[in-house]
Formats: sequence, structure tokens, C-alpha cells
Amino acid sequence: MLTIDREIYEQIVAHARRDHPDEACGVVAGPAGSDKAVRFVEMMNAERSPTFYRFDSQEQFRVWREMDDNDEEPVVIYHSHTATEAYPSRTDISYASEPNAHYVLVSTRDEETVEFRSYRILDGEVTEEEVEITS
Amino acid sequence: MAIEVRIPTILRTYTGGEKAVEGSGDTLAEVISDLDGRHPGLQGRLVDESGLRRFVNVYLNDEDVRFLGGLETKVSDGDTVTVLPAVAGGMR
Repeated sequence: MLTIDREIYEQIVAHARRDHPDEACGVVAGPAGSDKAVRFVEMMNAERSPTFYRFDSQEQFRVWREMDDNDEEPVVIYHSHTATEAYPSRTDISYASEPNAHYVLVSTRDEETVEFRSYRILDGEVTEEEVEITS
Repeated sequence: MAIEVRIPTILRTYTGGEKAVEGSGDTLAEVISDLDGRHPGLQGRLVDESGLRRFVNVYLNDEDVRFLGGLETKVSDGDTVTVLPAVAGGMR
């Protein structure tokens, strides 16, 4: 299960809405091993594309090093789908590379409805999990 | 020459759980090949026939080697090489 503060949840959704129709992406860092998503980090989508995302490699390096220095890890890795459901695509699954992360998908295909779902992706296997929003 | 190579979580199965290992060589390609001697299989996760794998980022100190010389990037004693899996995906 992913437990996430309402404030961070809102930040992720707001980022996805703002970058629509391009895909938005980012991470929420937390103390290593804690499974607590505490520090929201919005990332650039180097592809600036409505159908694909990739973290900018230099920005990723800086953010990953910062996490390392703080003894944090990426607890959540999020991105948006802008025309399809909030479910991992084949490419999402094949590039998923953080075994401890919750992969959050937000769909912005509907202006009114928020689709916010979370998954574990391990060795090509997708497991959806419950999302609990706390305040 | 000792080069520190930082290994991401997903590839630590090749390094017995170690976060960083040491390699030697004059170029990135040599360091990777040296590492593969002690950590068999690691090389295959980083490079393929055409060079560095597309969804693997490798940095020399704090620079992406794609902006340097790729696998032919020169390395020297005391340098740090960092490997990070690219974070990517899309709707298809």
C-alpha cells in the first residue's frame, strides 16, 4: 500500500495538470528503508512529449546524489498519461528500475476526474496497490 | 588505477550487494570490462553491441558520459563513475 500526504498528492496532480498535454514526471524521496514519501521533487521531462517521458540525465544525477547524501531513496516515482488510463504501459514496465519504489500513474485524460493509481513493478510484473491519502 | 564505480540498487545483485566497487583501466570501456571479470554479467547490463545501453546512464564524476566520449571516455585515478538506470516510460 502507498500512504501519501494529501499535500504531496495534490502537488503530483497539479504538476500533471500543468504539463498536460505533455507527460509530467518526478519523484518523492524519503528516508531509505522507511517507505515514507516526504520530499516532493518535480523533474523535467527531457522528451517533452505527450506519449513518452524520460528524466533529464543531468538533473537525475543531481537529484539521486542529493538523495544519497541525505540517506534517502526514491519512494515514489510518478508520471502522467495524458490520453490513456493510469496503468503502466509496456514501456513503463520494461524500463522500471527501482525495485523499492511505488510507481504512481496519474491520468489527465479527463479534466474533471483525477485518476491516481500506484503499482509495484518488479522483474516485469505489475502489482497494483491501494493508495491511502492522509492529511 | 583505482576508479570507484557506484552501482544502482537494481544491479547490486552482481556486486554482492555492494553500493560501490573499484575497477581499473584507462577508458570507461576498460573499467567496465575489468569489473566484469569480478562481477560477471555486469557488463552485459551496461553495454550491448552498439555501445552503452540506451536506458542506462553513466556519469564520470558529475557529467553524463554521452556528452564526453561515451565508452571511450578517458578515466584516471580517483575518478568516480556512477551508474543510474534511466527513469523513462510512456503510454505505449
